[in-house]
Amino acid sequence: MIADLLIVAAIVALALPVVLGRSAFTSVALFVAYGLLLAFAWVRLDAVDVALTEAAIGAGLSGVLLLGAARRLAGGPPVEDAPPGKAQVALIGVGCAGLAVALGAAILALPDPAPSLAGPVMANIAALEVGNPVTAVLMGFRGLDTLLEAAVLVLAVVALWALAPDAAWGGAPGWRQPRAADGPLALLARVLPPIGVVVAVHILWVGADAPGGKFQAAAILTAMWLLPWMAGIAAPPPISRAWLRILVAAGPVAFILAGFAGSALQGAFLAYPQGYAKAVIIAVEVVLTASIAVALALLVLGPPAEDRDA
Amino acid sequence: MSAGMLPVLAVMLPALGMVVSLPLGARGAERLTLALAPLGLAVAVAIAVVVYGDSAPIRHDLGHWAPPLGLAFRVDGLSAAMMVTAAVVIGATAFFARGQFGTAQGTAETRRAFAFWPLLLAIWGATNLTLAANDLFTFYVALELLTFAAMPMVALDGKRETLEAALRYLMFALLGSVLYLLGVALMYGAAGTLDVVVLASRVGGSYPVLLAAALMTAGLLAKTALLPLHLWLPPAHAGAPAAASAVLSALVVKGSFVILLRLWFGVLPGIPGPMAAQILAGLGAAAILLGSVAALAQERLKLLVAYSTVAQIGYLFLMFPLIASMPGTETAAKAWTGGVVQAVAHAFAKAAMFLAVGLMAARLGHDRIRDIAGAGRALPVPMITFGLAGLTLMGVPPSGGFAAKWLLLAAAIEAGQWWWALVILCGGLLTGGYVYRVVSVGLRTGEAPQPARGAEGQGIALVLAIVSVLLGFLPLGAFGLVQIGRLDLGP
Repeated sequence: MIADLLIVAAIVALALPVVLGRSAFTSVALFVAYGLLLAFAWVRLDAVDVALTEAAIGAGLSGVLLLGAARRLAGGPPVEDAPPGKAQVALIGVGCAGLAVALGAAILALPDPAPSLAGPVMANIAALEVGNPVTAVLMGFRGLDTLLEAAVLVLAVVALWALAPDAAWGGAPGWRQPRAADGPLALLARVLPPIGVVVAVHILWVGADAPGGKFQAAAILTAMWLLPWMAGIAAPPPISRAWLRILVAAGPVAFILAGFAGSALQGAFLAYPQGYAKAVIIAVEVVLTASIAVALALLVLGPPAEDRDA
Repeated sequence: MSAGMLPVLAVMLPALGMVVSLPLGARGAERLTLALAPLGLAVAVAIAVVVYGDSAPIRHDLGHWAPPLGLAFRVDGLSAAMMVTAAVVIGATAFFARGQFGTAQGTAETRRAFAFWPLLLAIWGATNLTLAANDLFTFYVALELLTFAAMPMVALDGKRETLEAALRYLMFALLGSVLYLLGVALMYGAAGTLDVVVLASRVGGSYPVLLAAALMTAGLLAKTALLPLHLWLPPAHAGAPAAASAVLSALVVKGSFVILLRLWFGVLPGIPGPMAAQILAGLGAAAILLGSVAALAQERLKLLVAYSTVAQIGYLFLMFPLIASMPGTETAAKAWTGGVVQAVAHAFAKAAMFLAVGLMAARLGHDRIRDIAGAGRALPVPMITFGLAGLTLMGVPPSGGFAAKWLLLAAAIEAGQWWWALVILCGGLLTGGYVYRVVSVGLRTGEAPQPARGAEGQGIALVLAIVSVLLGFLPLGAFGLVQIGRLDLGP
């Protein structure tokens, strides 16, 4: 109880300076710490899958993205818009506080015990042959949502590349990083990737029966790809490469084809054949992990740029 | 093949097309889109035929998992009508866009061509998903797909002002997403399901449900651009390339509107109360009047058409108090049909109008209204297209817009809410004003430097405008399609 209250207090204490901070860089750094604390809170709530995702994507990858944005903003021209006036700030503050109070009251008014689908999930999980209920929901009961979210990632890559300057089209994404000859980054970039890849494969494999899964594994794979890039050891491939584009699309394509196979063989989209459900789910997850990892890395790298020197 | 496969195809064909566009490259994606257009239209028409023939919605439990545990597609008359609309508008836009975004054999891929085709397919798939899905979280995924496809469409030209417009659009859209998602979480906490039909039997007017509904409504209004949350729309829709503006105004804002209908009349029939519905329609009335006045005051043709969208969206919200105050009556049925026909007729008319205006701006090199004298002679077909589409927007008989506005007007009088009838009449007059302003200048003899030769794609724009007018010739029985499976009458 006291531990929980401490975590809650720390989350609020970190959230405030994220919003109030004057420098973008400080806010981002605190935001990463805030995400890690949120992950702690999810662990305390026994939602280990959510905690892993929050740490890997919410704090990790989003943090890297925001750091990149903060760096670009710092190098750009100063903001032209006038800062909001006192009245506007006060209005926004009152609005947010009002919403927070309304939400708090609503959460206290929710039925207790909470109505939940946990019972039906556990009663039907055997048909999907996986042990982790989160995987059963994501790949089985609500497989459509996961399939479409994977398609959203492909769309995000298209949308990001659409922002490239015309002259840079077809080139390599992201900034060219200075080569780190020695120091911790150079060492980590050489030592970590083999270990990280093994960990990612493990997290993906156990995801069928224990906390873990494709998004968390993909986030680790992404980090392992980005490390050598950050250290200037490896350069990302140009966005016109066919293998790169096939890799991004392969996961959603495999998922959709598995769905249509269900239509043809079982009479319903995304119905898995009895006895082969786990095999199909894992096969789709493996391809999806690769696609998600590449897509996430491309999102962090950014669009191809004309002036690629940082 | 069972009928249940049809909605799956309607959603998955464009989605699969969008994904494989990436490895196919710009030229392959273009050819794939042009091939999918007739196929997708055939699927949509088949859906409409089945729904109309069976007088019942098409249902498909995905993976054989029935809600509340699993997800189901549910395609009713509203969905079928909108799916046919989406297929026609997307197909027409695709063929129109070949001129601007086509890649000739042997030429290198450009950024604009690479991005346009998957974005167009994504908007199509996401629109069909908002129409087929029956689950509040699947709706959220559809909204995300719509936003992340529409936002880069706005910025396709890569100019500073279009990037600014796209960013502003993104801010509004993300605020809408956050509010909507907050509401979804509360709704699950209150009822333990997100399926629209199951929710209707489980939720009452408890405080968390009402707060959830309010948050989701606010979020959806930001995405639908109902006044006063419309500020992002004019620069975004006016700054996008013509083909993009056409789908943005015709379809993207309707996706979030359909979800709002599912929320108010599917999840919560009768729960938000007549007062809330009056407020919603009040905002709609303000949008009609202020949007039309703003359109009248514009100097630029594209901005005029964009402000006209702000006004026409307002009409969609007049149905809410008419249905809420007289549930289950003939009046409610009229208001429902009027609202849906308005969404369909506006989609055709506004797509035609944006394409026509794009052709004029491309030929004249500008879109300043006072300098378009002579455009009627140089570009007769786009000018006629603009005028015909204008008839629908005004609500002049026998256009589709007339049918919509007449039904809404009749329902307002039957419901004893004459003030909405007054708004509809004033809106029609103001619309006539801004359409006349363009046509009168355009028909004046002017410098018209170019000889009168046809602009590429002008026939496509004209066909869309003609469809928007011909809708008014449909026998009243055909409108019965949109009544099938109405959620406020029970599942």
